[in-house]
Amino acid sequence: MFPKGTKRKFSDPGEEPVSEEDQVPRQSLLDMSLIKLQLCHMLVEPNLCRSVLIANTVRQIQEEMTQDGTWQIMTQALAAAQCPADRLVATEVLCRQTDPAGQSPKPCSGAGLEEGYHAEEVVMEGDVETELSSASYLAGPFGMGPCWEEEEEDGECEDDEEDDSEECASESEEGDRDHLSPDTRTGEQVFGTFEIKHPAPPPDPALEELFSDVDPSYYDLDTVLTGMQSAPKMGPYDLLESLSSHGPTALSSSSSCRSDLNELDHIMEIIVGS
Amino acid sequence: MSPEEERHVIYGGSAEENLTDNPQSICLWLSEVWTPARIHPSFGTGPPPPPLRKGCPALRPCAEEASAGNSMGSVLAGIPTTPSTTDLPPRALPPAPLMGEDTDAPRRSTTAASSPTTTMMLSPIQVLCSDITTLSLEPEPFASYTEGVCSILFFREGDKGGRVVIFQREPESKCEPFSQGEYNVYSTFQSHEPEFDYLKSLEIEEKINKIRWLPQQNAAHFLLSTNDKTIKLWKVPVLMPMDLMVEVSPRRVFANAHTYHVNSISVNSDYQTYMSADDLRINLWHLDITDRSFNIVDIKPANMEDLTEVITAAEFHPHHCNLFVYSSSKGTLRLCDMREAALCDKHSKLFEEPEDPSARSFFSEIISSVSDVKFSHSGRYLLTRDYLTAKVWDLNMESKPWRHTRCVHDYLRSKLCSLYENDCIFDKFECAWNGSDSVIMTGAYNNFFRMFDRNTKRDVTLEASRESSKPRAVLKPRRVCAAGGKRRKDDISVDSLDFTKKILHTAWHPTENIIAIAATNNLYIFQDKLNSELH
Repeated sequence: MFPKGTKRKFSDPGEEPVSEEDQVPRQSLLDMSLIKLQLCHMLVEPNLCRSVLIANTVRQIQEEMTQDGTWQIMTQALAAAQCPADRLVATEVLCRQTDPAGQSPKPCSGAGLEEGYHAEEVVMEGDVETELSSASYLAGPFGMGPCWEEEEEDGECEDDEEDDSEECASESEEGDRDHLSPDTRTGEQVFGTFEIKHPAPPPDPALEELFSDVDPSYYDLDTVLTGMQSAPKMGPYDLLESLSSHGPTALSSSSSCRSDLNELDHIMEIIVGS
Repeated sequence: MSPEEERHVIYGGSAEENLTDNPQSICLWLSEVWTPARIHPSFGTGPPPPPLRKGCPALRPCAEEASAGNSMGSVLAGIPTTPSTTDLPPRALPPAPLMGEDTDAPRRSTTAASSPTTTMMLSPIQVLCSDITTLSLEPEPFASYTEGVCSILFFREGDKGGRVVIFQREPESKCEPFSQGEYNVYSTFQSHEPEFDYLKSLEIEEKINKIRWLPQQNAAHFLLSTNDKTIKLWKVPVLMPMDLMVEVSPRRVFANAHTYHVNSISVNSDYQTYMSADDLRINLWHLDITDRSFNIVDIKPANMEDLTEVITAAEFHPHHCNLFVYSSSKGTLRLCDMREAALCDKHSKLFEEPEDPSARSFFSEIISSVSDVKFSHSGRYLLTRDYLTAKVWDLNMESKPWRHTRCVHDYLRSKLCSLYENDCIFDKFECAWNGSDSVIMTGAYNNFFRMFDRNTKRDVTLEASRESSKPRAVLKPRRVCAAGGKRRKDDISVDSLDFTKKILHTAWHPTENIIAIAATNNLYIFQDKLNSELH
């Protein structure tokens, strides 16, 4: 009923060669959007309309980049520039609504392209919380795809929740470890499969892991973000500011996230137990 | 006029030229006659004001009470007022049954003293520690006295703290000549409290998203207020002469029907039902039944991964109780007929303007998201507001807006990237019709608001600020010049606009030319001077 991001018509991409000038603002727009989405999800109750609009913008950028061929260039450059230890992590950030674990954008300086949104995600599905490590995002039909999770209040949706939780559980079983190959395969078609490798995904909440790889070049984005006027949204920006000023350890010790996770783990146990 | 031309004209501000060239133009009317109304300085967050009665201190002129603060700290800009006699036309009203015998009621003059031009001065109300989140003007006069005419108009603002404040306008009175047109607080109450959803570890904000008056049926007035999840029906009684205060009481609580955040409520013309819309669903309620609602629109995709569009606003048709419209984040409007199906997922009409491919950018979709939709009072037209424009749609023409799209602040088009960065691009501006559907109004940044006359296609930019409100002031039209454009005195450059001062909420009284403008935490009320002079 609602075509995915295809409302707008593209001008013929063949007519316009991809210029460097076009690319730079587009890239920064992409990064900005991804960061916004992450911040969205850090909020306890994100604004769905805003998230959808940003996600659509990101999708649009990705489509254009794919059409221009810059997408392939970017992924190839990434693969070449990074040592094999690096891992692409998909921007499944877009799908999550609540994520106490949070993520951090981790730009790599390789080819001057910004990367990396680690997608250790904690997905709220009603009462169930699972961890998703995602591969592809925004594939035509989403593969492991983003799930716009919502807080379902009606009982009728519990079936969905359980199905989703099973699906997500299986996905998380694939783990962070195995994403290199499927990602590079789908990387060309799929937007947002940025990879950043981290040595070993810890079983525990990914907070330490997330922020252990934060690259100082990320802080440049920070100045952009902290300059934003957003009176009502102090929470996420405060997080971001603390990230830049104190480094990753500040967030990793955020106790509220941990307590949330513990609580949610507890709830999950109950559900799984039943 | 070509679009470029029109754009230039509209925000380049031909308003000033019109003043000198064509004094009869509607633009002159718009700019000349909007004068700030007077707000009684006793407004505050303290106890409700004393009732309306003769001799009551509340009705005394407040010239001496400039900058009267109250214990709660709300400050009123005390601007010395010039004594003004009434200039509002008398209204013949049927006597309300409650006010049958009037011996205790204050004596009111029956005829408006035809006064020379008077100017109402503005005392903007500063609401303490809360932002105004919604406004609504009550169309019906709240009380009448057998002996005379008086009209009391109500505003209502819901603020971020879950509090609703109802203002009233003082009736004219020959005994208190200075009280004409003065506004004070009729009642204030806490509508919603913050709730905590333990299951999801989420706090539900008490911020009121929308309030709506119900059409008056008996002596009491009713209003609906909603936060993110719960809608409440309140009864606002008429103040009796013997009452000391007005106590607003909750009558119904409609809860647990929305998974997402409620963004709109709209009362049906049958006066029995209303609808509430959240991001993905619209529910129909009966005003008397709180434990059940009917879902009439559901755009939630089976797979949430496929979600690309949300509902942004919804409204019932003013006359046809089976028709309603809802807008989406993709800039489409859907008119639905409830007679066609129980679940109105299939629209009767889809209003969408095809995009201009040359104007396409990454932000095209975001700026096309409709932030507000309003039916005209006639029911023939729809007014929508997206980020940069306001559009009027003819219900009979779905392919494009009626006549021209009004550019509200097209000078922002080149700044979309930075507006995206600072999140201003997600601001949701409301829009309003005037009573005769000839003028539309909407807010902008820098405390500017815009009015467009549909017939003459003229427009004006006005500012709601304390600085611009001097004694005897009429609002002066403002002009924003593009960066680098030719600049006149008093023009504001696009680069010096203050994006924290945004007028998101505006309301126009359905029958009188009175407008309420919410500028963050200040409420401005402007009245039409010209209209009163004609009477």
